[in-house]
Amino acid sequence: MDMAVIELSRLQFALTALYHFLFVPLTLGLSFMLVIMESIYVITKRPIWRVITRFWGKLFGINFVLGVATGLTMEFEFGMNWAYYAHYVGDIFGAPLAIEGLMAFFLEATMVGVMFFGWDKLGRVQHLLVTFLVALGTNLSALWILIANGWMQNPVGATFNPDTMRMEVSNFGDVLFNPVAQAKFVHTVSAGYVCAATFVMGVSAYYLLRGKWTNVARRSMMVASAFGLAASLSVVVLGDESGYTLTDNQKMKLAAIEAMWKTEEAPAAITVFGLPDIQARTTHFAVEVPYVMGLIGTRSLTGKIDGIEDLVLRADSRIRSGVIAYDAVQKLKVNRNDVAARAVFEEHKRDIGYALLLKRYVSDPRQATNEQIMKAAADTIPNVPVLFFLFRIMAGIGFLFIAYFAAAFWCASACGFRRNWFLRLATFMLPLPWIAIEFGWMVAEIGRQPWSVDGVLPTFLGASSLTVPQVWATIIGFTALYGSLAVIEVRLMLASIRKGPVEHAPDEVAHEGPFAPLPAE
Amino acid sequence: MPLDYETLRLIWWVLLGVLLIGFALTDGYDLGVAALLPFVGRTDEERRLAINAVAPHWEGHQVWLILGGGAIFAAWPFVYAISFSGFYLAIFLVLASLILRPVAFKYRSKHTDAAWRNRWDWALFVGGLVPALVFGVAVGNAIEGAPFRLDSDLRMTYEGSLLGLFTPFTLVAGLLSVAMLALHGAGFLAVKIEEGPVLARARGIARVAALASIVLFILGGVMVAKGHMGMRLTGVVDTSGPSNPLMSASVSAPGAWLDNYGAHPWMWIAPVLGIAGSLMALAGISGRRGWLNFAGTSIATTGIISTVGLSMFPYILPSTIDPRSSLTVWNASSSHVTLFIMLVVTIIFLPIVLGYTAWVIKALSGRLTIKDVRTSPDFY
Ligand code: HDD
Ligand code: HEM
Ligand code: HEM
Repeated sequence: MDMAVIELSRLQFALTALYHFLFVPLTLGLSFMLVIMESIYVITKRPIWRVITRFWGKLFGINFVLGVATGLTMEFEFGMNWAYYAHYVGDIFGAPLAIEGLMAFFLEATMVGVMFFGWDKLGRVQHLLVTFLVALGTNLSALWILIANGWMQNPVGATFNPDTMRMEVSNFGDVLFNPVAQAKFVHTVSAGYVCAATFVMGVSAYYLLRGKWTNVARRSMMVASAFGLAASLSVVVLGDESGYTLTDNQKMKLAAIEAMWKTEEAPAAITVFGLPDIQARTTHFAVEVPYVMGLIGTRSLTGKIDGIEDLVLRADSRIRSGVIAYDAVQKLKVNRNDVAARAVFEEHKRDIGYALLLKRYVSDPRQATNEQIMKAAADTIPNVPVLFFLFRIMAGIGFLFIAYFAAAFWCASACGFRRNWFLRLATFMLPLPWIAIEFGWMVAEIGRQPWSVDGVLPTFLGASSLTVPQVWATIIGFTALYGSLAVIEVRLMLASIRKGPVEHAPDEVAHEGPFAPLPAE
Repeated sequence: MPLDYETLRLIWWVLLGVLLIGFALTDGYDLGVAALLPFVGRTDEERRLAINAVAPHWEGHQVWLILGGGAIFAAWPFVYAISFSGFYLAIFLVLASLILRPVAFKYRSKHTDAAWRNRWDWALFVGGLVPALVFGVAVGNAIEGAPFRLDSDLRMTYEGSLLGLFTPFTLVAGLLSVAMLALHGAGFLAVKIEEGPVLARARGIARVAALASIVLFILGGVMVAKGHMGMRLTGVVDTSGPSNPLMSASVSAPGAWLDNYGAHPWMWIAPVLGIAGSLMALAGISGRRGWLNFAGTSIATTGIISTVGLSMFPYILPSTIDPRSSLTVWNASSSHVTLFIMLVVTIIFLPIVLGYTAWVIKALSGRLTIKDVRTSPDFY
């Protein structure tokens, strides 16, 4: 194993995934807002709503293609950069990915063509149905990919098979109904809805500040403020906490987010601010609010939340048990029918992943010294300060959004979006959902380290047998390509926004000017 | 489980073929049209005619490729892991070109500036040509075998390089793939756009592509027969055994890729269709019968891809440096449970997908004309 290849592969995966997820949330949310807008058009039959739907649809399209283009990379990257990972867990992990293609991508990608090209060929209700199917497809795709990702956080329904040296499905139902995946799905798609609502609010506010396209902007803002309020409540209330008591590593992630070094008596306090110190294993200047952490983490006042130090001790004992399982697997490799070895393996198999942590220090975990075992156990602590701060920024933005959309909702009825301070605020809010979302993913994925699959496969073992120049070549290639595409897409977005909800008139009516007139109020 | 492991493996081998053929038949013509763009369209309007012929559908078609990736991951994890990490830089080339494609389709029409459009036309050309070429080269490499080995943990190491992927044989395979998809793209234009200069040029190219694909296909066949390719299983073959390549044994056997045709003469139908389809396309071109042309290119594509699969069976990816590590239908699949679940899912959803795809094609049917391109506000 070449550690440089591993680090570079992680960097590349992080870059490409974070980039993919710049486009995903807007797709998730805007597709549903298009359904709402078009429904109003179908019900009221007022042409202005057709214009509104088509305008946001155009922006949706510019964003959507980059979601598709960058998603392609993701689909193949597991094989390209994480070949051993792909072999080790493909039996479980591949299935949701394939089902995602069959059930979700086909739907969204087939329908999106008709959505753009079918305005004149389909009836009103038919076209609405198509728009709805696009929204359904994108949201189903989120469901399946998050089932895959949720399994990495909480790998239920699978066991190690020494004959094939990999994890295999033992209960597919458990994989599907993984509580971590469900919590992630709700939180992530709600985040997408918040993102789209903020986007529509911000762009509309810009029009209102300029006094342009006000009949489109005001109506769009009505839809967005209601949609955004519901979504921001959902993103916070249905946050991701529920999965945190399930596995040792999830507990570790929670403790790290909280920088909670020692186990506290129930109910634990939440640290609103502080400076976590890894060396001293303590948090300086901690400002604590009693009870709250216990409530979030365990949904009760009596459940105990484990601290980092206790969790390291548990990892230590699981590593020792894992080494016994590892030894049994080596015996089974020589003789598949070794009954004694199989019995030992069965007893210790749930810890086999922990033995693999030692491979960072010795090629044969059975030769590990006591010191190496302790080092490996300490490795199970993720990057505490990073998690601590990223989480607080995300959560802070979450509460801010609730206040913002509540204000928007109030403004819709009380001031008809005529207050300039509010409109300016709405444009300033534009980047915040993306910040919260990217930070959220970093919390989820950095918090999972050192594991690729929690308790099953350490990240450093998952990589392919590549060379450093190869990985550099693709990192540079992707960065250059993605960088230029980002510049082009942002420019096009801005150009389309500046141009506004106008359409080129077909040639027959072109004598009235190049643009078709906007329908009256 | 109602189906035994051996049968499921066989079914998933067939489904792998179905996916690849599905991709080639649908997205294949999108790639072909994109690669032909600079040749069939001289003016912006002419190019827009070709682009809008595929524009509403190519996105759905591309999912065949994505699903191919996902299904190989789910059903043949070894194949997914070894081929994508082994052919690393080649896959990157494909990805980079495929990333350009969606963007080019969508963004090209956003400005009327000629330089802007010209740049995106190049992006479309690359996005069509490079994947077609590299996919062919990759299949050629699968036939020749790849330099990888597995250790006792089943961790794979690959000992080749990017340039090593290009040998005379794999280049023939790559060119065949380009000719086949260009032919298919032209065949699609023959049924989708109005008579006119674009179609006339497409017919001219199709005639050359059809002849090229016949010649290259036969040449490839001769190289397979005379070259150093081929492998045979030795010892007892446990077709329901654990998916562990190291538990089976292979020897390299030049010429062995023709064994199956001796043992199962019905398999000759695949290469015969590969050639007959191209001839049929030629007849369609001469007689200006678009449907005959398109049916011919579809049959040729199906025949050529099936030939590869049938010749290699039961191998999927042989290893040149360590025959023991070679991947076959019997040693590289997912577990029995996963194969079964995925089969059920496929049986439920594939017909649904085909159903709504057909509906969409019907909803947007009709030959495209230059007049449509001029008047529709939604066209690219
Ligand atoms: C929570 C949602 C979510 C997450 C975590 C991911 N994606 Fe994604 N992906 C989508 C949500 C999405 C989407 C909303 O469905 C997209 C984005 C824009 C779009 O066009 O569809 C999409 C597009 C998209 C496409 C193109 C689909 C098409 O042609 O229509 C592929 C192949 C992937 N993704 C694959 C992946 C993989 C392998 C991921 C794991 C690392 C991943 N995505 C993370
Ligand atoms: C699109 C949203 C996602 C983002 C923004 C994201 C972010 C990240 C980041 C930042 C890392 C690097 C972590 C580190 O090395 O410290 C990472 C690694 C990884 N993520 Fe994600 N991730 C996303 C979705 C997913 C999904 C859905 C999956 C699986 C289905 C996944 C699987 C992985 C894998 C395999 C790695 C590499 C190995 C590792 O470092 O653990 N990611 N991701
Ligand atoms: C008080 C508010 C919030 C809380 C308590 C919260 C909680 C969390 C937690 C604990 C995670 C880590 C999940 C894991 O370990 O797997 C997470 C991830 C994430 N958060 Fe938040 N969050 C909040 C607000 C927001 C907001 C406002 C957004 C975006 C608009 C957002 C977007 C995300 C995303 C995209 C992820 C990664 C996907 C996932 O793991 O679900 N969050 N959130």
